[in-house]
Amino acid sequence: MPDTLLYAIEVSLNGLMAGIMYALVALGFVLIFKASGIFNYAQGVLALFAALTLVGLQQGQIPFAHVINASFGTDLHHFGWTLPAVVAIALTAVVMVGLAWAIERIVLQHLVNQAPIILFMATIGLAYFLEGLGDVMWGADIKKLDVGLPQGINETIDAVTFNAFGYGFFIDNLDIIAAFVAGVLVLALTLFSQYTKYGRALRAVADDHQAALSVGISLRFIWVLVWSIAGFVALVAGIMWGSKSGVQFSLSLIALKALPVLMLGGFTSIPGAIVGGLIIGMGEKLFEFFAGPLIGGATENWFAYVLALLFLVFRPQGLFGEKIIERV
Amino acid sequence: MKKTFTLLAAAAIAASAGFATPAAADLVVPNLSYRTGPFAAGGIPYADGFMDYFTLLNERDGGIGGEKVQVPECETAYNTEKGVECYEATKGQGALVYNPLSTGITYQLIPKVAADGITLYTPGYGRTSAANGKVFEWVFNYPANYWDGASVAVKHLLDQNGGSLEGKKIALLYHNSAYGKEPIRTLQELSKKHGFTLAELPIDSPGQEQKSQWLQVRRDKPDYVLFWGWGVMNSVAIQEAANIRFPMENFIGIWWSGSENDVTPAGEGANGYKSLAMHGTGMDYPVYADLKKYVIDAGKAAGAGDQVGSVLYSRGMYAAMVIAEAIRKAQEIHGTAAVNAKQVRDGFEQLEITEARMVELGLPNFGQPFAASCADHGGPGAAMIQQWDAAAKKWNLITGFIAPDDEVLNPLVAEDSAAFAKENTITERCN
Repeated sequence: MPDTLLYAIEVSLNGLMAGIMYALVALGFVLIFKASGIFNYAQGVLALFAALTLVGLQQGQIPFAHVINASFGTDLHHFGWTLPAVVAIALTAVVMVGLAWAIERIVLQHLVNQAPIILFMATIGLAYFLEGLGDVMWGADIKKLDVGLPQGINETIDAVTFNAFGYGFFIDNLDIIAAFVAGVLVLALTLFSQYTKYGRALRAVADDHQAALSVGISLRFIWVLVWSIAGFVALVAGIMWGSKSGVQFSLSLIALKALPVLMLGGFTSIPGAIVGGLIIGMGEKLFEFFAGPLIGGATENWFAYVLALLFLVFRPQGLFGEKIIERV
Repeated sequence: MKKTFTLLAAAAIAASAGFATPAAADLVVPNLSYRTGPFAAGGIPYADGFMDYFTLLNERDGGIGGEKVQVPECETAYNTEKGVECYEATKGQGALVYNPLSTGITYQLIPKVAADGITLYTPGYGRTSAANGKVFEWVFNYPANYWDGASVAVKHLLDQNGGSLEGKKIALLYHNSAYGKEPIRTLQELSKKHGFTLAELPIDSPGQEQKSQWLQVRRDKPDYVLFWGWGVMNSVAIQEAANIRFPMENFIGIWWSGSENDVTPAGEGANGYKSLAMHGTGMDYPVYADLKKYVIDAGKAAGAGDQVGSVLYSRGMYAAMVIAEAIRKAQEIHGTAAVNAKQVRDGFEQLEITEARMVELGLPNFGQPFAASCADHGGPGAAMIQQWDAAAKKWNLITGFIAPDDEVLNPLVAEDSAAFAKENTITERCN
């Protein structure tokens, strides 16, 4: 097999893996948009906040230590214990549920029936608030996130492809785990959405707030539920991206990688987020591989959006989005 | 009610300005810092070191020459537009010198400081050819700049290869911005001189996803990778290098890619990674005893006090020290403690920092001695190589100061600054 073809296959596989990482972030956007019509600008910051909280809890860091020390002249930093990763993840999930409840109580319940743009702006404010809160709670230094996920080249794939083609493919173990986790998440969310009472209630709210209210569905509960699930998805995304780059404030920018995925996959489809992620991931990596050297490289950030826009020309609602027909 | 609201709004606007107005007689050195946003992890320790050093001077010595130093801080978030806004908002307070810690902001401020008559000090960053004082009257970038860094890295590799890089492949992985592109021209010239092949691999900011670039490194198998990154790009690159098992001792970052923040997330994988260093780091300097006594323990630290001794804290402190020395020199030249911006520029231009002076300042062997002049605003440009020991979690200096290749750099500086002079109709000075 020609070297270029081998390299292109390796690049494609890595693109698919990268796409799944993007899709993990996009899933959170889809969940909230589907249930409430809100484009949650704060989804990237939710991932950051979840990852910061996870590391803080795991390492026994005292929240707001800087503020406490500055106010009372103390020198507190850590409780002196560390938590197993599973316990820390569970506690962080509880924190994210608490955060969802607080968001509903403090922000969303006052904005029922407001125009979508108002809700969108509220999430912008929420994003900045959470970023600041995360900073004050846990500090702005870069933290190593270690929940036991393996990283580095997968030896089996390397050996098998080397024996078959004379060139060992690089696939990161972390990406393989991310793909598995994303698959489980999508399956669980789809089953929840289609086959559970609350899943059906969530879809009803998504279709029509007022109609859902009229049949006794609690809008407030559904919003807490969906923000909790989105918070959990953000935690998963935060773990994957935080393991890759350390937990730092640029983690919130992963949302930028999710936008073309949403444009392509549609804002209301969970499978769409995954398929969109795969197309964007593979498309941007292949374009960089073939066209990058000719036009100076660093094409991935903008090419993802070009690809999404091209799809929009033919399917404005995205690949899996709902086609909106309004009669006039 | 309306009046109360108006008063509250006015108070909020005043508070949001983010800095206090200094007393008229104080020496004002605005700190254009970034404590928020994606680059905060680098901006915070630098800003803390910068602020703490001036606090030390105020608390221990009563300021500089008896004049207290005010350091109004303005948040740029490493955003060029915000940086320019900060400059415009603070320059009227009697600002003497700016150190924006951003090459992008620096490029925007170069024409502004020339028009306003305020010094721009960009140690180790900014526009490299500003080292030519004949053209850049108001800009200083000693003790070293990016082109020096590129040359020092190549000289280190020459040392490692018996003086020849003939036939070697070197990849430059860089932040796709004005900052990251700075060393390209120099490395191209050095590749011609030393016979190595140069591959240029840009990474878009912020750089969380670099798989394409590292797959290319894996395919092309360069002998060495040089790296111009900042922020999250650094830690991701080091992790990716470890993932593809690139030999870390052959991976060398510029001094902005060589802090504890950059290597910690990769854990053991970062062991052996090298970076340039234009100053020493760690707590083994007498100045830290004073900092502890007068600033940290006194509860006057700019931050939480947990960054003291880190690479970027040391760099911020070093920048403040040089500025303080330039102000001191200006006071000496002009015979007044309350120097103005123009006089401070003179201080920068006639500044000489000897090793004896560094010892007096509590920083023996911390930085290279240098003497500026009308023509030379760039200093000697030497840098050391440091290597990360993951087990001990510390940087070890593995070389002394290595001088750059001025034979290659000087013509480049002259060419670039001449082009700037032509574009901006600047007549060369110092003749």
